Amino acid sequence: MDDIKYTVPSDRSRTSFDDQTDYGTPAVQSNKLITLSIDGRNVTVPDGTSIMRASIIAGITVPKLCATDSLEPFGSCRLCVVEIEGRRGYPASCTTPVAEGLKVHTQTSKLADIRRGTMELYISDHPLDCLTCATNGDCELQDMAGAVGLREVRYGYEGENHLKAEKDESNPYFTFDPSKCIVCSRCVRACEEMQGTFALTISGRGFESKVASGIENFMDSECVSCGACVQACPTATLIEKTVIDAGLPEHSVTTTCAYCGVGCSFNAEMKGEEVIRMTPNKNGGANHGHSCVKGRFAWGYATHQDRITTPMIRKSIHDAWQVVGWDEAINYAAIEIKRIQAKYGKDAAGGITSSRCTNEEVYVTQKLVRAVFGTNNVDTCARVCHSPTGYGLKQTIGESAGTQTFDSVMQSDVIMIIGANPTDGHPVFASQMKRRLREGAKLIIADPRAIDLVSSPHVQADYHLKLRPGTNVALISALAHVLVTEGLVKEDYVKERCEWDSFLVWRDFVAQPKNSPEALSSELGVPAEELRAAARLFATGGNAAIYYGLGVTEHSQGSTMVMGIANLAMATGNVGREGVGINPLRGQNNVQGSCDMGSMPHEFPGYRHVSDNDARAEFESAWGRPLSAEPGLRIPNMLSLATEGGFKALYCVGEDIAQSDPDTQHVTHALESMECVIVQDLFLNETAMYAHVFFPGASFLEKSGTFTNAERRISPVRRVMTPKNGNGEAGMEDWEITAKLSTALGYPMHYTHAADILDEIAALTPSFKGVSFKKLDELGSVQWPCDDENPAGTPTMHIDEFVRGKGKFFITEYIPTTEKVTKKYPLILTTGRILSQYNVGAQTRRTENTSWHAEDTVEIHPHDAEERGVVDGDWIGITSRAGETVLRAKLSERVQPGVIYTTFHHPESGANVITTDNSDWATNCPEFKVTAVQVTKVTQLSDWQKNYQEFSDEQISFAENLESAS
Amino acid sequence: MTNQQLVTMANQIGAFFKSYPDQTQANKDIGMHLNRYWALAMRQQIVQYVKDSAGAGLELNVIDAIKGHVKL
Repeated sequence: MDDIKYTVPSDRSRTSFDDQTDYGTPAVQSNKLITLSIDGRNVTVPDGTSIMRASIIAGITVPKLCATDSLEPFGSCRLCVVEIEGRRGYPASCTTPVAEGLKVHTQTSKLADIRRGTMELYISDHPLDCLTCATNGDCELQDMAGAVGLREVRYGYEGENHLKAEKDESNPYFTFDPSKCIVCSRCVRACEEMQGTFALTISGRGFESKVASGIENFMDSECVSCGACVQACPTATLIEKTVIDAGLPEHSVTTTCAYCGVGCSFNAEMKGEEVIRMTPNKNGGANHGHSCVKGRFAWGYATHQDRITTPMIRKSIHDAWQVVGWDEAINYAAIEIKRIQAKYGKDAAGGITSSRCTNEEVYVTQKLVRAVFGTNNVDTCARVCHSPTGYGLKQTIGESAGTQTFDSVMQSDVIMIIGANPTDGHPVFASQMKRRLREGAKLIIADPRAIDLVSSPHVQADYHLKLRPGTNVALISALAHVLVTEGLVKEDYVKERCEWDSFLVWRDFVAQPKNSPEALSSELGVPAEELRAAARLFATGGNAAIYYGLGVTEHSQGSTMVMGIANLAMATGNVGREGVGINPLRGQNNVQGSCDMGSMPHEFPGYRHVSDNDARAEFESAWGRPLSAEPGLRIPNMLSLATEGGFKALYCVGEDIAQSDPDTQHVTHALESMECVIVQDLFLNETAMYAHVFFPGASFLEKSGTFTNAERRISPVRRVMTPKNGNGEAGMEDWEITAKLSTALGYPMHYTHAADILDEIAALTPSFKGVSFKKLDELGSVQWPCDDENPAGTPTMHIDEFVRGKGKFFITEYIPTTEKVTKKYPLILTTGRILSQYNVGAQTRRTENTSWHAEDTVEIHPHDAEERGVVDGDWIGITSRAGETVLRAKLSERVQPGVIYTTFHHPESGANVITTDNSDWATNCPEFKVTAVQVTKVTQLSDWQKNYQEFSDEQISFAENLESAS
Repeated sequence: MTNQQLVTMANQIGAFFKSYPDQTQANKDIGMHLNRYWALAMRQQIVQYVKDSAGAGLELNVIDAIKGHVKL
């Protein structure tokens, strides 16, 4: 592969895909083209385009303030007025559509007078502090004053004005300075159109008009701090505090957010090697210029004081850490791995990758384990989230991935959300979904809890199937029963596209009376008629799309449910075009990619089973090492074996199993039983407290690579600063650390850049064949499969036929979980996420996002609370068969009686102390969503929490008073 | 892994395939699932367990699948 060398473009110039021009009004789709003349230039645009947009396309700048192409035209600022031959007056170009043969003039002396007059009025009530203003040089008002030639303000500044209006500094990330507001409504419209929260409004009339948020301020309002208003503001009214502090950035690099599975494209706006702000990229394929509070603002963790930037080693987890150089740390780890494998066998070692890693990091880690450790004991954190998706979709449709692109939702007529909370877990996609819902798409939600989408501004679910946790498969069978028995199956589609025999077996199964809504209603806790109505809507409402999350997968029947979802989509002909499909909403940024990259113990990159002789021969030939044909251990298998003394060495890259995996005490006992735990991470995470070797990692800002989001979109991660993990030596990107460990183990990896690794992936993985850094520079991002037939990628899959040929139906017998409520454990605990925090919280807890969620609380229905004498804010002890923890109660009718709900973003919460080792039958994905518990009012922390605090404090002290090895 | 853990996991797999009308094929599928997703050591352990204990705690279809279709 030496002939393919990637060079990072030195001039950081933007390529044609990456046009940052603001065209004033959104693009319009139309097959009819219109030609008109603007300032003597002919321009041809789609029918419905505004004159403003047509002008800017023709290279003619029209002054504007209230228009921006992310928002619908508003026509309030009167700066964009034009003259049209044969028409009277001075229409606003933003709200006037083009028409065939128009002759438009954008610059005349009359227009100049109007614009100057308008600007004069604006400036008469605007502070004249341009030189010391934070947006000096980046202010549209300032630009327009210059463009229209404003030279004086005749009104003076003595009269009534808004110049002394008080700033709202309540949001930790941005400031609202109403004295600088020109009431253009861009922020209000961004909040409505882009974000869909409707937190802002213009209150008052005439001179009293002002932007208003909550009763008091932004933090007190419904604002979700997505930053859309800040992005839209043309003045210094809404501006990032980092820009106020540091001044404007001087260069910008397009990269990809390292938070959720939406995979937003961002511009890292820099001053040298310092990030000043992250702004959403308007050409981002997944986000189209939108963002959420995490990606937009919560990146400060990368420079947080808690970061560990020095390699460290220790003999025992009860010893203090010793700071060592990179070579010593790596050699120590290599010697330990060799010693352990020599003593206990090669299968006593393994690796765990994370969905927070880049594709390239995951690839080299699994390569290290398979080719160098000589075992297939490599797994990834998708084990505990979406492994049932991989299994279920591979079985039914032949590919372990979502079928659609995010934009597909704009063609959906019926949206069914099962066990997902998009406004919190996938906020930027949720905004797009809400846009479609406001346009009139129907909404079915299946969730035990009332998520925000059940009822939010201008969105109301048509059906909220409030099923009991653990009954998903009963739900899908009941829905399928209605399709089959009421003649709602698209038999033509099924005959053409699916295995007919499998369909018949499935049809006969779901048609049985035991699967009817009436039979399952009491088990589900949902009225039969609602189930029937929802099924009919799904089957007959037009394009129907299913979106699902961990509420589907993290169950003992997670894989069954994924197959049930695929059955439903196939039976109704809802796979293979825009607007439909099966859409797993992936939790973390690179869940899809880490699975694609072969980090499951039974699969090589590209989902080829290790027992597949052809695939194995290909990898053996490329890697030059013999490879095992036997599936390796999954994470829970590794941990169980560790407690029995059979698994002794673990290389854990970017993952925190001690916090994120179920039954914490079992996990920590397993870690304590190992002889060498190597953790590679930014922080001394919970797992690192049980480690013997710590390799400091590099944040996403410090490395190159790719992430693959929930819609199979491979997006570039670009290094914008030097890795901070050097401690006097050169810092390393994470793949370099793994490559060095490999070298120390006798297998040098000769990569010079992440691009070399991606080239190797492309050479060995058919669905990635056409992917390269060069292509990502050219196209921005690309959705796999990307090969000779689809060189620009594949937004929608399974168009003419399923990847497996014919789609296959599977019987989905409902088998109740063994985690049952009893007298001793009468409630069901279910878990979820919150918008401001991310996964184990290692990143977001180290940002100002804690302003929104400083601790995990337990939602409990007032009825259950009253029975136990619990009031809002009380400490309550939660006991399960696995353990006990104590959290603060939050009374809420979002949960139904008998169900309590919490998040696990804070380690001291110990939410996973109470989750059990129950797991999905096919993949061992833990049953996080169902734990039988009892709740009692308590006055102190649980024993586990007290021990945890003591242990954690000691471990932190071990890393604080660092000694250098002599 | 304890025998009990393996028995529970194997029974869960067996339960998925129990509703299939063709139980001969279903047993093959159970065996194939174990071959494709369980590490060799886990398969060896469950096979040994079936030999030693006559499969106590395992469902009949799972015992048949292990006896007939699990590869070591």
